[in-house]
This record gives sequence, C-alpha cells and structure tokens, in this order.
Amino acid sequence: MWLRFRRDRTGMMSAVVVIFFFLVAALAPVISWVYGKDPYTLYGQDTPGLLNEYGYPVLPNGGVSSEFWFGIEPGLGRDVFTQLVFGIRTSLLIAAAATLLTVAIGIVMGIVAGYAGGRTDYAIGRLIDITLSFPATLFIIAFMPVVENVFVSPEEETPVWLRAVTLILMLTIFQWAGMARLLRGQVLSLREREFVEAARVTGASPTRIVFKELLPNLWTPILIQATLLLPALVTAEAALSFLGVGMIEPIPDWGRMFLRGTQVYQNDITYLVFPGAALVIFVIAFNLLGDSVRDAFDPKIKR
Amino acid sequence: MLRFLTRRTLGGILTLLIISAVTFFLFFAVPADPARLACGKVCPPELLEQARHNLGLDQPLFAQFTAWLTGIFAGRDYGGLGYCPAPCLGYSFVNRAPVFETILDRLPVTVSLTIGAAAVFLAFGVATGIVAALRRGRPTDKIASVSSLVGASLQIYFVGTLALYFLVYKNQILARPRYLPFTEDPLGWAAGLTLPWMVLAIIFTANYTRMTRSTMVEQLGEDYVRTARAKGMPGHSVVLRFALRGTLITIVTIFGVDLGALIGGAIITETTFGLQGLGRLSLNAVTDSDLPVLMATVLVAAAAIIVFNIVVDLLYAFIDPRVRLN
Repeated sequence: MWLRFRRDRTGMMSAVVVIFFFLVAALAPVISWVYGKDPYTLYGQDTPGLLNEYGYPVLPNGGVSSEFWFGIEPGLGRDVFTQLVFGIRTSLLIAAAATLLTVAIGIVMGIVAGYAGGRTDYAIGRLIDITLSFPATLFIIAFMPVVENVFVSPEEETPVWLRAVTLILMLTIFQWAGMARLLRGQVLSLREREFVEAARVTGASPTRIVFKELLPNLWTPILIQATLLLPALVTAEAALSFLGVGMIEPIPDWGRMFLRGTQVYQNDITYLVFPGAALVIFVIAFNLLGDSVRDAFDPKIKR
Repeated sequence: MLRFLTRRTLGGILTLLIISAVTFFLFFAVPADPARLACGKVCPPELLEQARHNLGLDQPLFAQFTAWLTGIFAGRDYGGLGYCPAPCLGYSFVNRAPVFETILDRLPVTVSLTIGAAAVFLAFGVATGIVAALRRGRPTDKIASVSSLVGASLQIYFVGTLALYFLVYKNQILARPRYLPFTEDPLGWAAGLTLPWMVLAIIFTANYTRMTRSTMVEQLGEDYVRTARAKGMPGHSVVLRFALRGTLITIVTIFGVDLGALIGGAIITETTFGLQGLGRLSLNAVTDSDLPVLMATVLVAAAAIIVFNIVVDLLYAFIDPRVRLN
C-alpha cells in the first residue's frame, strides 16, 4: 500500500504540500520569531507612513515590502504574513478536531445501525435523514449565539476556547450523518459475508465481531472519507467566519481575513489574494491527496 | 408509486415539523428580547408589555408554537394587525410586514440565481465529463480533470470577489450584480445575474465533470454497451442512448442535492454579490432576532432539500426501470 502510494507522483507532491501546511501551523511561533513580527501588533497605526489617511497601505499592492512580506492589513495595520501563518493554526485545529469527532460519531452510529439492524437501525436512519435535511449553514448562524448564551452571560466577552469548541460541535452535528450513512451501508453488506458468518457460528462475541471482523474492513472508507472531510471543514469554518459567526477578534483566522478582504477589495485587492490563494492551494493539495490515498488503498479503481 | 409518494410526503412533513420545532424552541434560548427590539431603544415598561402581547410573546412557548403551526394551515387572527389568511407565517417582528409576502418577494431572486447557474453547470459539466470519458488518458481528459480539481477547490467569496473586482470595478466588462424581475426586463435580468451565474458555474461544474467521467468510464465497460457496439450501432448513439442513461442516476443524485441547497438559500453567494434573496433575508433575520422570518426561511430551505430528495428518488424509477419504489 505504502509502496503503491510512493510511486504516485501527484500523491507524493500533494502530501508534501499538506505536510508543509501542518508544519507551518505547528511552527507558527518560531516563524513569527524569526520573521520578527506577530499577528497582533498594529504596526500600521504605531508607525506613521505605512497607512494613508483612509487607512489603506501607502505602498502599492497592499503594502508588500521587504519589511512586510505580504503587506499590511488595511485599517488596523497588522502584518498579513504572520496573520496568515497563525490563521492556519486556527483553521486546522478546528477542522481537525471536528473531523476526528465526526469520524468517531460516524463510526459508532454507522456500525451500531448496520450491525444491530431492526428498530435501532430504523431510529438511527431517521435521525440521519432529519440531520441531512437541516439547512446546516443557516442553522449554525442562527444558533451560534444560543450555545454561547448557555455558558456566558451577555455582558461577559466570549472566551476564545468556548467559541472554538462551539464551532467544532456545530460542524460535527451536521457532518456525522454523512459518515454514518456511508458506514452503515458498508456494514450491511459486510454483515452477510462468509467470514462474519463463520465468526458468528464459531461463537465469537458481538464485540469481537465488531472490532476484529468489521472494523478492519472499514478503515479504508473511513480514511478516504476523513481526508475528504478535513478540507471541507476548513472551508466550512472559513465560510462561517466570513459570515461573521466564526472566530472572533483578535485571533488570526483565514475566514476573518476573507470577511475584511471583501469589505476593502475595491481599494486593496491584495489583502484578499493572500488568504484566498493559500486556501485554494491547501484544498487542492488535500483533495489530490485524498484521491491518491483512495487509489493506493483500492487498486480495483482504474484511472 | 402512489404508496411511495404518500409515504415519502408524510415522512417529509414529519421532518419539517421536527425541524420547525427545534428551530422554534432553540430560538427562545437566545439572549435578545424580540419585544425590546420591536419597541425601540427607549421603551417604557407598559409599552414593552404591549409589544410583548402584540407579538404573542406573553403566551406559553408551546401555545405559541401551536398557534404558529395552525396559522400555516388555517390562517390566524392578529388582533391589532388584522387577519392573516392561510398560509400565514406571521408578521415580521422588525418591520411588521407579512412574512409570507416577504418570502414570495425574495424567492424569485434565489430561484433565478439557482436556475441560471444550474443550467450552465449541468450542461457544461455533463458535456465535459462525457468528452473526458471518451478521450480517457488523452490531453483533453487531463485538462478536464485538472480544471475540475481547481474549480472544486475554489470558494465563492474568493473567486466571486476577484471577479467583481476585475470584471466589474476595474474593467466594466459585466454589469454590477443586481436583480431585475424577468417579466419586466428579461435582458436586464440576465445581464444582472451573469456574474453570479458564472462564478457558481465555475465552482459547481467540477463535481459534475468528475462524476460523469468516472461513471461514464464504468458504463462504457459494461456488457450492454459492448453488445450495442457489436451489433453495429453508431458510436454517438451508443454513448447517448445507453451509456449516458446509466450515468444519469449519479448526475440526478448530485443535481438534486445541489438544487435543494441552492434554493434553500445561497447565503454566501448572495452575501458576496449583494443580492437580496432568501439567503440574505435569513441572515438579516438572525441579526435582528426576527423569529417569524427566521422560521419561514428555515422552513423553505428544509422543504427545498426534502422535495428535491423525493423528486430524485422518483426519477430513479424513470431512469432505471429495475429500481422498485418501496
């Protein structure tokens, strides 16, 4: 499997890009230290001559210079490069946590429904149907304040970790159903196969059947699904921040950069281009990686 | 067939009921007090009480929900505001406009956006998918798969804004996105929506190219396609009459999902292009804590998803006679 993956040049390249993004996220403080700036300081306001009287960078192309590699944020005057680097952290952390949670719930629900059958299957099936019928984006926007209201009184400011946890939960609530539906189908067909039958006849306990017979056969679809899920969740998180219900100031976040970028694009398009290009490269690399993982696992699919 | 329809319709209605109930009861956990918002900044207590009563907020929660529910089927009497005939979705907390009419007013924007974009991405995506499958491994196929990969990775708020900047503000190639009713000015309608259609099409086409290509490749290897070729059927009719028919199931499935999602409120698209459709309406309803409008938009969005799901399942039976509806 690993050998097959290594021969896939596109797969290796995209894996390198993906690892690069993860490394940048992990090493963000180091990068910021070497670069000598952080994503919070309002450089444009502290140093006169960087922003003009309307709050836009004086230098062309969004203020890109040897000092500020990717320019300065219009208005507040923060450094774009470090915001982007730290923004990867936020996005990846939230997306990765939501992916793990989604996969975990999806596995449990899918296997329980498929293996138990009967009434349990019916109940979980309906729950999946209803979840998939929810207009998810609208619902998350509407109920982000609700969840926070339960934990924080209106006068207090929402702590960042709470916002992050809420985002993760909200994304998971609307994503687990797809995963569960897929795995349920797989379990239904596996359950009738001879090796499961054989295990049951020889008196294996349900726990053993699930963990030793079913689960090993499910890792492939789970892994493929998870590699597709992570970039989808990164963009979903960015979209929510773009709509104003995602990460809050001053935590660096790609979606928030888009929101600001679309407000100022008529005068400073550069500020939008950097997070946009970064997100597109990330998603392309991850999608390619997903394709390659599938090819490596499933030699039956010819391309 | 009839049994299938009845069962699915009942299931759909039940799902809608659950979704409305969840939305309704969760709404009241929001900190904002709609009565205070409706009453204005400086609001004496007795006026606040009055506003609360007018909006029906002094009733127990469950009674409010059932009143809302019966209003949809039987109409509802709103005291000071007059009688609201069925289907009554109530009055907006913010501007007192009847919600049903607001929805009817905004729906054409979203539907126009969806239909135009869907026509482009369906036709274009399926066509490129077929061509790519027929020329598997050749440069055409490579170009198609690379461009669909890039297309699928783009974001509306990014490409849309770039397009706005370069095609509208910098070079004035396209009109600024806006909505004009089709019945009044068909040309203006098309011109105002061209940019959003193009951007949506770029992003959505990718999925259709990919799915059509991979299913088509599978279909072209099927025995019945080989038989058709062997008996001397011309190549293009083999593709269009046999292989494409087998591919339709996949296409219809994703098309149903996409249409449902788009009609239900293209929140991001409408925000990016500043169009006043259902998506914007719902977003504003959230910021204003406007429960009746929010309920209505959630209901329309969920209904769109459910209806298209049922239609897709019905179409399966037409496309593939082996499918049994039960």
